[in-house]
Amino acid sequence: MLLIPCPWCGRRDEIEFRYGGQAHIAYPADPVALSDEEWADYLFMRDNTRGWWSERWMHAAGCRRWFNLTRNTATNEIGVAYRVGEAGPATGPPR
Amino acid sequence: MTGRRLDAPAGHGVDRSRPIGFTFEGITYEGLAGDTLASALIANGVDVVASSPLLGRPRGVFSAGVEEPNAFVEIAAPAFRSIAPATAVPLVDGLIASARPGVGRLPADDTGAPAAQHRHVHVETLVVGAGIAGLRAALEAAQAGDRVMLVDERSWVGGTATTDDGVDGEPALSWIATTGAALASASGVTVLTDATALGVYDDGYVVVYERSTPVERLHHVRASRVLLATGAHERPIAYARNDLPGVMLASAAWLYADRFGVLTGERAVVFSTNHAGHEAAMSLARAGMQIAAVIDPAEGGRAADATRDAGIDVRTGWSVLAADGDPRVRSVTIAGPGGALDTLDADLVLVSGGWNPTAQLWRAIGGGLRWDDERSCFVPDVSLDGVPGGAGPPWLSIVGAAAGEVPTSVPCWYTPADDLSEHFVDLQRDSTVADVLDAVGHELRSTEHVKRATYIGTAIDQGRTSGALTAAIVNQAWGEGPGAQGPSNSRPPYTPVPYSVLAGADRGPVLLDPMRTTPMHNLHVERGAVFENVGQWKRPWYFPLPGESMHAAVERECLAVRRTAGVMDASTLGKIELVGPDVATFLDRLYTNRMSTLAVGSIRYGLMLGLDGMVFDDGVAMRLAEDRFLITTTTGGAAKVMDHVEEWLQTEWPDLRVYATSVTEQWATIALNGPMARDVLAATGTDIGLEPSAFPFMTWREGEVAGMHARVARVSFSGELAYEVNVSGYHGAAMWDAVLTAGDPHWLSPYGTETMHVLRAEKGFVIVGQDTDGTVTPHDLGMSWIVRKDDSDFIGRRSLRRPDTARPGRKHLVGLLSVDPSVWLPEGAQVVSPEHAITTEPPVPMLGHITSSYRSPVLGRSIALAMVAGGRDRIGGLVVAATPSGPVECEVVSPMFYDPEGARRDG
Repeated sequence: MLLIPCPWCGRRDEIEFRYGGQAHIAYPADPVALSDEEWADYLFMRDNTRGWWSERWMHAAGCRRWFNLTRNTATNEIGVAYRVGEAGPATGPPR
Repeated sequence: MTGRRLDAPAGHGVDRSRPIGFTFEGITYEGLAGDTLASALIANGVDVVASSPLLGRPRGVFSAGVEEPNAFVEIAAPAFRSIAPATAVPLVDGLIASARPGVGRLPADDTGAPAAQHRHVHVETLVVGAGIAGLRAALEAAQAGDRVMLVDERSWVGGTATTDDGVDGEPALSWIATTGAALASASGVTVLTDATALGVYDDGYVVVYERSTPVERLHHVRASRVLLATGAHERPIAYARNDLPGVMLASAAWLYADRFGVLTGERAVVFSTNHAGHEAAMSLARAGMQIAAVIDPAEGGRAADATRDAGIDVRTGWSVLAADGDPRVRSVTIAGPGGALDTLDADLVLVSGGWNPTAQLWRAIGGGLRWDDERSCFVPDVSLDGVPGGAGPPWLSIVGAAAGEVPTSVPCWYTPADDLSEHFVDLQRDSTVADVLDAVGHELRSTEHVKRATYIGTAIDQGRTSGALTAAIVNQAWGEGPGAQGPSNSRPPYTPVPYSVLAGADRGPVLLDPMRTTPMHNLHVERGAVFENVGQWKRPWYFPLPGESMHAAVERECLAVRRTAGVMDASTLGKIELVGPDVATFLDRLYTNRMSTLAVGSIRYGLMLGLDGMVFDDGVAMRLAEDRFLITTTTGGAAKVMDHVEEWLQTEWPDLRVYATSVTEQWATIALNGPMARDVLAATGTDIGLEPSAFPFMTWREGEVAGMHARVARVSFSGELAYEVNVSGYHGAAMWDAVLTAGDPHWLSPYGTETMHVLRAEKGFVIVGQDTDGTVTPHDLGMSWIVRKDDSDFIGRRSLRRPDTARPGRKHLVGLLSVDPSVWLPEGAQVVSPEHAITTEPPVPMLGHITSSYRSPVLGRSIALAMVAGGRDRIGGLVVAATPSGPVECEVVSPMFYDPEGARRDG
């Protein structure tokens, strides 16, 4: 069970959180301008990264805030958590 | 009967002054405090403990720990356990056990299930395994100031250390006693015995099952670092009839003699590939066992010389071919260089085929293994730090024998023979070398596949004595090196744990899953309501009069609403209050229709879609003020709508100044429906003007009702004139009482959810989640009118134009009327076209299915809603519903069965 560092509440057990999938997939500014393929790509397609990536979590049984988290999908090692609107770390294992 | 208890002082782990009485298979025996059930059975000369699960072959004690594949028992007292290896059952007074052939069984009732306390523990260092390596690691951590937990599955600390062992130049047993005492008295240190680490999970989370009395415990440990000091398991070698009672691991025989003072046989053949087997032979000889010979497949070496010097016959370059005896070993056939054969009399074969580091916990959390040629085993690969599947997570380390500090050994897996069908590999699955080779013969290459074909490693012992052996046979059969692939993986729990322990103490229904009741609940109970569960809510399903059937009650309730008036507790509807200057903008994006144009005091029905364009939830929005709305959701959808609202506000539109608050439980809602609804509300006493011109449909008014502050809304889910009276939850029961009292002269009847469903189906109103299933668009429902056509965006809008969402021939919501009006169609029934009568050869093309079906009292016939492919184009035609009692012809009609003009909503 992961120990997730909520940026508002500190480290808490995974059972308190809801998972939200890959982070930084913004809602398109003008959805109608997208082709069917582009819209389907936004709607359905997500990376399947082995290694470090950014993902969304919500502290459902806590402060109920969404935030982003870097995690190594191969080892489950957690990097950093950061608030919505903040830029994530560049690449590589963020500490 | 050849096992026996040695005379004192043998047996440093048992207390000869404390005899313990126990029963096995109905016979009473006596053991000693400190015994395991296995050591006590051997001491009493019990050779055969259980039979094998598939072949029914007699089996004796094979090991002295949880790696045991043979000696399984069921325990009836003092506490029930469905199955356990006798080698891991501490002997206690009054123990009653019986043999189990490898498979447990549950008692007829659950009265014997152990109730466990759950504890949450936080430490800096958790050490799994209290052998010498574990004790040392725990002591170092404690001296460094850590909070330490040290757990061991056995009843003692010190693991398998014996009087022969030493630590730092000191006898191991005295070092263990000193270190154990130091840890016991250190502050911040917890030492648990009879406590198994069932699994190691992410971020130092370890679940420890402590078999304490009288209440067992499950510790949820969160540790900054976890040290695995889980030791190593000796492994067997396969030869003919290597499963007979009297075949045992060499180290186990020495542990029984040294710790328990129990001699497991009189005359042993020792079959060893490593120095530990030789040392066990010498130790056992000193303890009084005759050693017929030590059979060593290697060419000799220091260990063999030392054993010879001790006066023991050592056959280097020899192997054991077969054991014979019935049921216990009586003779052993051995083969030597140049085809030499010999037969030795013995009642015991002690095997040491090498040592496997106990790395199950290590592997399960991502630690890798590498083949070690010198030791002929797979060892944890700590050289791969930072590599996925390498050294495991940074908070985890592995020490001692578990890390690979085991005796060097030559590789020796099984002795060749024409017939390998009695060369047992997995004793608990009765699987043999022949079975493994058969699986390889069927082109199975992976040990994971071989595991599933042979069941090797799937038993309670998880293949502790068979996994490495199987991998070696598979690698060899494919002509690959011994390190080509390791044994199949094993998963938590490390040893069996009762579900009742994982479940924990029974804290009653309220804490198991919250039960939600409305403020009027007790009044419903008093009235004799029958309840149904809607999510966590208890809702009145119907209100039967004494002796009334459900069918009769629902018919009466339906007719009351259609002819006079009915009242329903609608408090469970989800309610969210949204406040802020941008609330109207936000709601325009949330709903398919426009909410920003709604006037204060007015109400609008709305539909929410998911991003995929599918119907997500529905409800009404009431504009309370320019910057304030109250929206309702379905009862079951309240939490998911709240999540949806928060997610979009926080992640996509944080610029919108909107605050959302769940107010479901702050409001009690009483839905008053029927042609007499206005009269009932007037009789209840209100200062709100009820004339239709002053209080039109889809508006709300605030005022006093029965002396209580109320917000009354003219919304209708029945199609009748309706008032929804909302009061503070505190006033819910009083308002319910007041309305019922006032309504009595007007034939007012309370009604439940079943009647609500019938009434709304008569009007063709959908229930999200019943008539929809996540693949249904507003257009599919015939609700295109609620999807705005302007250029502004809303959630799901773009998806409605996706090719599949926009294609013709999608399933549409339609009404179905069975040609015979008395036939009621079961919900879920498949709908097919008449030219595909269901007697046609399959596959029969499916048009859709029935989503809602009721008997309509007001229409005097059955009605159904269905999702049917191209349904709106079939209106007026026939379809066939496939029901358990045969095909039923139905006419396809508009889903609005009753009052399609909407003439009744104003009374």
